[in-house]
Amino acid sequence: MSRILEVRGLTKVHGRGCPLCIEATGPDSDTNICPHCGSVVAAHDVSFDLHRGEILGIIGESGSGKSTVVKTLYFDDAPSAGEAILFDDAAQYELFALNAARQRWVRNHRFGMVYQNPHLGLNFNVTAGGNIAERLLMSDVNHYGAIRTRAKELLARTEVLEARMDESPRKFSGGMQQRVQIAKALATRPPLLLLDEVTTGLDLSVQAAILDLILEIQHELGTAMIVVTHDLGVIRLLAGRTLVMKYGRVIESGLTDQVLEDPQHAYTQRLVSSAL
Amino acid sequence: METILSVEGYAKHFLLHDRGKLIPSAANVNLSVWAGRLTALVGPTGSGKSSVLKGIYRTYLPSGGRLLYRDAAGHVIDLALAAEHQVLGLRQREIGFVTQFLHCLPRQGALDVVAEPLVARGVPRKDARTKASTLLARLAVPERLWNVSPATFSGGEKQRVNLARGLIAHPRLLLLDEPTASLDPRTTDQVVELINEMKQQGTGILAIFHAPDLVERLADEVVELALPVAAADLIEDMT
Repeated sequence: MSRILEVRGLTKVHGRGCPLCIEATGPDSDTNICPHCGSVVAAHDVSFDLHRGEILGIIGESGSGKSTVVKTLYFDDAPSAGEAILFDDAAQYELFALNAARQRWVRNHRFGMVYQNPHLGLNFNVTAGGNIAERLLMSDVNHYGAIRTRAKELLARTEVLEARMDESPRKFSGGMQQRVQIAKALATRPPLLLLDEVTTGLDLSVQAAILDLILEIQHELGTAMIVVTHDLGVIRLLAGRTLVMKYGRVIESGLTDQVLEDPQHAYTQRLVSSAL
Repeated sequence: METILSVEGYAKHFLLHDRGKLIPSAANVNLSVWAGRLTALVGPTGSGKSSVLKGIYRTYLPSGGRLLYRDAAGHVIDLALAAEHQVLGLRQREIGFVTQFLHCLPRQGALDVVAEPLVARGVPRKDARTKASTLLARLAVPERLWNVSPATFSGGEKQRVNLARGLIAHPRLLLLDEPTASLDPRTTDQVVELINEMKQQGTGILAIFHAPDLVERLADEVVELALPVAAADLIEDMT
């Protein structure tokens, strides 16, 4: 079995927390806010495995904790409890036990992240090419010519016109900004890509093109991905396996076709039956 | 003769939480599939034929029974209990499913749709496409359609694309859900010929047919399903 990531018991509580937080929140309590201390249980006891080249979907409504999972994995947010192990070619990293410098190294070299909001993933004060260069510099590519060539390659691959490489992504359309983000995320050829609502808010035709691009990348590079979305169509198209989250808990997981055709949990049944 | 699959007491029901209802779909299904032979599933609409195939492919989570599959390495796996990654691996390498309706990636030409299972197994795209074109030609899908997405195809054309996609990788176990429902007699003959070739090459097939003459022409074994009885009805009968 070629696992790339193992996540066990991942938990994130915003606030001081109290002994009753876990018990008093979740799908059965219909809230993620602890009534005793007001802390928000964003995610609790999330566990899953990810294999090389596999796409795992995480679906749920706003506030279900799905983004929290990828944000903690990308070190944007520190978890309150749990562990995550990255199985790299030869090495293994216990992600949350690494010191800040090692975490930065893993983040820059082994992970790629694409955010729903391009402002989070891109620096609008530098050009599209500069954004990619930034990431290459962080992963120790220092030769100007080499950086420029690789940036061109990546932007061509994600179908951003080379002529616009020296413009700020501020001037780009939403779809193009997402393409630049994807190009940036792929710059270091990471074995794991985290995608947080990457097509939300885009025109349908642009969504389709971005999703096709993601699938092509998975075919070409065998990149493992965690795709977070509230859109059943995205899950159906991309993910082999799916986790369903609600109020910070994983309420159901399974093969994507099974989750969609034979959902077990009441919430998933409602979700699937309300899809257009 | 080598048994590839034996289904023992398979049952499937759906629990609809919002309505508080238990819907029976299949109960106490027993059958076997052998290498190089075709087992036909027959029975009235609603008797759970598709539910058996979907349970084996794990599109449905079985509610009861054992689905013992013997893989290429000779290991016996209960598909009802197998881990998700194990099922995904078997789908990629050994078990093919031709569903009643074509589910494929949008915006992809028919040739690529058909070639996809081979590409997923690591066959170079060019070779996979060559093989796909041979199959599409044999199933009389007009060549002008090969690079068009099947979304715009007629029912019969879609069905042939679906069939070609199911056959191309020569699965060890092939599940067929009414593979000839919307085909004319001549194309049906082509399909019969292809299925017979698959049998000769050792594929074990479990197929749903409605037309009795197809059962006669292709089946080595026939399993008939009866309508499942809802538990609620049983309780009503008793009181």
